[in-house]
Amino acid sequence: MSELLEVRNIHTYIGQFHILQNVSFDVPAQSITVLLGRNGAGKTTTLRTIMGLTPASAGVIRLNGIEIQNRRPYEIAQMGIGFVPDYRAVFRQLTVEENLRLAERKPGDLQRKLGFIFQIFPDLERLYHWPGGQLSGGQQQMLAVARALVPDNHLLLIDEPSEGLAPVIVEQMMEAIRQLSDQTTVLLVEQNFHVASHLADRYVIIEDGRSVHHGQMADLVADRGLITRYLAAA
Amino acid sequence: MTTKLRSGFWRQSLLIAGLFAIALLALNFLIFDTGIVAVVLLSGFYQGMLFFLVAAGMSIVFGLLDVLNLAQGSFFMLGAYVGFAIYNALPEGTPITVRFVAALVGAVVFGGVLGAGVEIALLRPLYVRPIFQIVLTFGLATAITELVRGIYGPSGLVPVEPPAALNTTIAVMRGQFETYRLFIIAVGLVLMIGISLLLQRTRLGIIIRAGVQDSQMVEALGINVRRVFTLVFALGTAVAALGGMTAAPFLGAYPAMGEQFLLTAIIVIVIGGMSSFEGTAIAALLVGLTRATVEQISLQYLNTPILASISILVFMVVVLLVRPTGLFGREA
Repeated sequence: MSELLEVRNIHTYIGQFHILQNVSFDVPAQSITVLLGRNGAGKTTTLRTIMGLTPASAGVIRLNGIEIQNRRPYEIAQMGIGFVPDYRAVFRQLTVEENLRLAERKPGDLQRKLGFIFQIFPDLERLYHWPGGQLSGGQQQMLAVARALVPDNHLLLIDEPSEGLAPVIVEQMMEAIRQLSDQTTVLLVEQNFHVASHLADRYVIIEDGRSVHHGQMADLVADRGLITRYLAAA
Repeated sequence: MTTKLRSGFWRQSLLIAGLFAIALLALNFLIFDTGIVAVVLLSGFYQGMLFFLVAAGMSIVFGLLDVLNLAQGSFFMLGAYVGFAIYNALPEGTPITVRFVAALVGAVVFGGVLGAGVEIALLRPLYVRPIFQIVLTFGLATAITELVRGIYGPSGLVPVEPPAALNTTIAVMRGQFETYRLFIIAVGLVLMIGISLLLQRTRLGIIIRAGVQDSQMVEALGINVRRVFTLVFALGTAVAALGGMTAAPFLGAYPAMGEQFLLTAIIVIVIGGMSSFEGTAIAALLVGLTRATVEQISLQYLNTPILASISILVFMVVVLLVRPTGLFGREA
């Protein structure tokens, strides 16, 4: 597999706090890679840094070999990265349709993708004309992921897709992410190890703002010592 | 709109606004003759539209950019002066209608270009420092006012003549009403509907409404939000400048007109709910109606014109007691 995304020696500050203190990893094309680590380790900041929302102060990020770390978020998005934040960022006053239409990069994007979106999230068809603010948490998560599917993205960054959702919705979300990974590459942050281990091909462990381990998910699942050392509750 | 009516919050807001409107109407019918009521209503609409022309841009800019533009009144005043300059600069023999339309178009173009320039050159570096933005727009307002005072003098300009059809009066029930004030109402209504359609029916409108909630996420969807900021700020100043030129043949042009309208515009957007365009439109009409009603009461019974200005402050207090976030404002 070729590397779609290369993250090299990234450092990121939020205000005076040095959050990312040397994060490096690769995301191969057509894979699902998960960022693991304890709360506050820097996983969300890593996604936001890739997206340009919390810019890196040092280091290099390449998408398909092109450096993106000094670009603005809208330019990074236009290069083919879709972002689903942990707070979902569904626009409450816009309908489901308007939320999706907002993500179009060229006319007809939504029309082309609507069939696929309704296939993986059937609820959204029924709720198409509802305001985003009236959706349940699970429905908002579906809409947030669906929105990232509207344009032709090479890479989806998904932050905590299972957070706060009922188990049945989590299952539905996992199935959806599996389906969409046939079409695109996924880098996700997931606290729920059960979800992460069933979804991802590869993992990267972040600890105190540093990437400390990475590899195949199957190897991590078999390594109880590694799990206990880096992922067990402190 | 249908989508909005599904929301309980919106229905409740409309109900409260409707109750205030009914209360004002009932007060009018209780105190005045029917003929006077018609004139008071038209006068309320006329004043409301003027307030709307200043407040509309302020509200949208505040919602999207988080900038309380204290220079909005000055853009209103500049629109009047620029319009007058264009009106008077046209060659002798140019028909009045042509002068008038050229002045309106010129004011809009000037307002838009000036707004874009101010956003790009002055505001953009300050988005990370909100308090500096307030200081900047306040300073800008003062500088513009003093500049105009320096160039044209403190006393202001004599109103220019509007086209003949707008320069007469019509009988309304048993009262008389200037057609130019009807023109101002029409301009306000056209802008109200136009901006509403822009916000509800176009992609730019979707971007603006989304950006009011979370502009960072809009940018993460691949939209150049800075460009949208510039466009929206320019739109706001263009509407204010149009408002200034529209009002000027009736009110004249004078340096303090910006400050006078700014204060009322702030009251309007507070009553409407800060970043709600619909709230601003409805609040502008309610404030206009309140002011016109109290003006008439004052004229007929009390002879204390200051009551009209005080009445809108009292109205704001009452609204905030009922609805602390304004009629259509939501908790942050």
